[in-house]
Amino acid sequence: MTYVLGRSAPVAGKTDFHRPALSAVARLWGSSTVLAGLPLLLALCLLWEVAPRLGWMNPIFFPPLSAVLSALWDLIASGEMARHIGISFERAGLGFLLATVVAIPLGFLMGRYAAFEKATDLLVQTLRNTSQFALLPVFVLLLGIGEASKIAITFYAAVFFLLVNTIVGVKSVDSLLLKAAKSMGTSDWDLFRKVIFPSAIPSIVAGMRLGVKASLFSVIAAEMLAARSGIGFLIQNAQLMLKAADMYAGILVLTFVGLLLNYALVWIERRATHWRADAGDQPH
Amino acid sequence: MDRITVADIAKTFQLKPGQTVTVDGLRSNSITVLSGLDLSIRQGEFITLVGPSGSGKSVLLDIVAGLTDATAGTASIDGEAITGPDPRMAYVFQQYALFPWRTALENIEYALEVRGVGRAERRARARHFLSLFGLHGFEDRYPSQLSGGMQQRVAIARALSVEPEVLLMDEPFAALDAQTRDILQSELLRIWERLRTTVIFVTHSIDEAVYLADRVVAITARPGRVKEIIDVDLPRPRAEGLRNSPEFAHLKGRVWNVLRDEVRAAQKDWALSSATH
Ligand SMILES: Nc1ncnc2c1ncn2[C@@H]1O[C@H](COP(=O)(O)OP(=O)(O)O)[C@@H](O)[C@H]1O
Ligand SMILES: [Mg+2]
Repeated sequence: MTYVLGRSAPVAGKTDFHRPALSAVARLWGSSTVLAGLPLLLALCLLWEVAPRLGWMNPIFFPPLSAVLSALWDLIASGEMARHIGISFERAGLGFLLATVVAIPLGFLMGRYAAFEKATDLLVQTLRNTSQFALLPVFVLLLGIGEASKIAITFYAAVFFLLVNTIVGVKSVDSLLLKAAKSMGTSDWDLFRKVIFPSAIPSIVAGMRLGVKASLFSVIAAEMLAARSGIGFLIQNAQLMLKAADMYAGILVLTFVGLLLNYALVWIERRATHWRADAGDQPH
Repeated sequence: MDRITVADIAKTFQLKPGQTVTVDGLRSNSITVLSGLDLSIRQGEFITLVGPSGSGKSVLLDIVAGLTDATAGTASIDGEAITGPDPRMAYVFQQYALFPWRTALENIEYALEVRGVGRAERRARARHFLSLFGLHGFEDRYPSQLSGGMQQRVAIARALSVEPEVLLMDEPFAALDAQTRDILQSELLRIWERLRTTVIFVTHSIDEAVYLADRVVAITARPGRVKEIIDVDLPRPRAEGLRNSPEFAHLKGRVWNVLRDEVRAAQKDWALSSATH
């Protein structure tokens, strides 16, 4: 994998479509759609500030933005926010990692061996269409209220995205490349490592992107229902304690983290497929 | 001395359930693509294969490459029966078959890599073969950043980098524009004059077939077998201007005469089979 993901950007003369990490994020932020969208976002912020102040909304349930930001600052300064986010990420991360470890080898087998896929497909389709949220009570019953049930739900949320995308990636291998590789005397193991796996990487990475998000969203839900820590707990608990400002602060942080994560994942996806032609890149 | 011998080769494909073809007015669920094909190729010879589409030329190359088994008959290299991909052979395809995630240099290295050649040596050899095709400076380009002609140069360099005794080429220039095609033909000949690899080159261009070959092998319409072999006794190295000579025109005419009936037969065959597909 390292030779796809970890390659330093090759110098490719005038067709230079490799951008370093920071500039890629900067480009997304600086892009015209962000700029064009900014006024509306600012208007929303303004509305948030004035609506409770003018009595359009009850400030106990809907405090002004400035109060939310000040609550946010307190949560950050006390280290509480970092602790809760850290715990949520740890749960989501562990579940996601577990999903990767299970789904990728399984996806390879299902994508490559028709008989194996036939035998497993119905089961996978059935499980895939069971919501991870519906299963949370089951996980809690079986695994208890502790970490295991949270990791289980994040695992379940991510595993099918990864599995399906791995299967698709493996199946989409160009048969001509397989033929060429065989004609060069490629062993079965090398065929997997050097042909099928790199072919499947774009699809697998796309699956990872979906899976990471699903894991994170699921852990929030699980923490709201059954936890004493994590960002989901923080939000839910603030609501129960009637600390509305803390609740909104938690939601804001979650949105922001989700946004950053999305950009990071888009960037990783680009890197993993950097050898693909960008529009207008091909010489004639 | 014969390097490649193809003796009484036949190949029949079993069609998928429900599919049929009509052969000689009879419906059948199998299709015989090659039948009774004999061919001997001498060491260092440049052979071109011509024949109507669907006459089994690609299938024949696959059999020689050890990628598919013949239904009957044997193909051998240096007297040994071919049972699987053989390190003495390399295969070049019409659609280049480069790994899109590997740079030009890494694509050439691949062939050496799977043979266990060490990193430093395969780098050096890959570079050598890239520059042989005038691709110096394009080492780090990905296939998507290269033109079709450049991609095919990389693919041929990859095939030659393992120093094969036999080079199989299946319509390698068919997807290229006319000028690029002419240039690549000359480049291939220039390099072949140095290496003297045995070449089996499939083409549907009679011009290309005559220009490159020591012998042009004409294949019949399906089921394919050798209809006639035309010796091309034009001097080597072949100059570009050769194409304007009366000898060249005469040879092209001969090949076309041999092929004409087969192409007609193949078209009739298609009309029948496409009606039942
Ligand atoms: N795997 C296969 N199954 C069934 N038919 C095949 C298969 N491969 C090739 N054929 C058929 O064999 C015939 C010859 O194919 P081919 O060797 O590609 O012809 P060409 O001379 O144009 O290269 C075609 O009619 C093709 O449809
Ligand atoms: Mg063909």
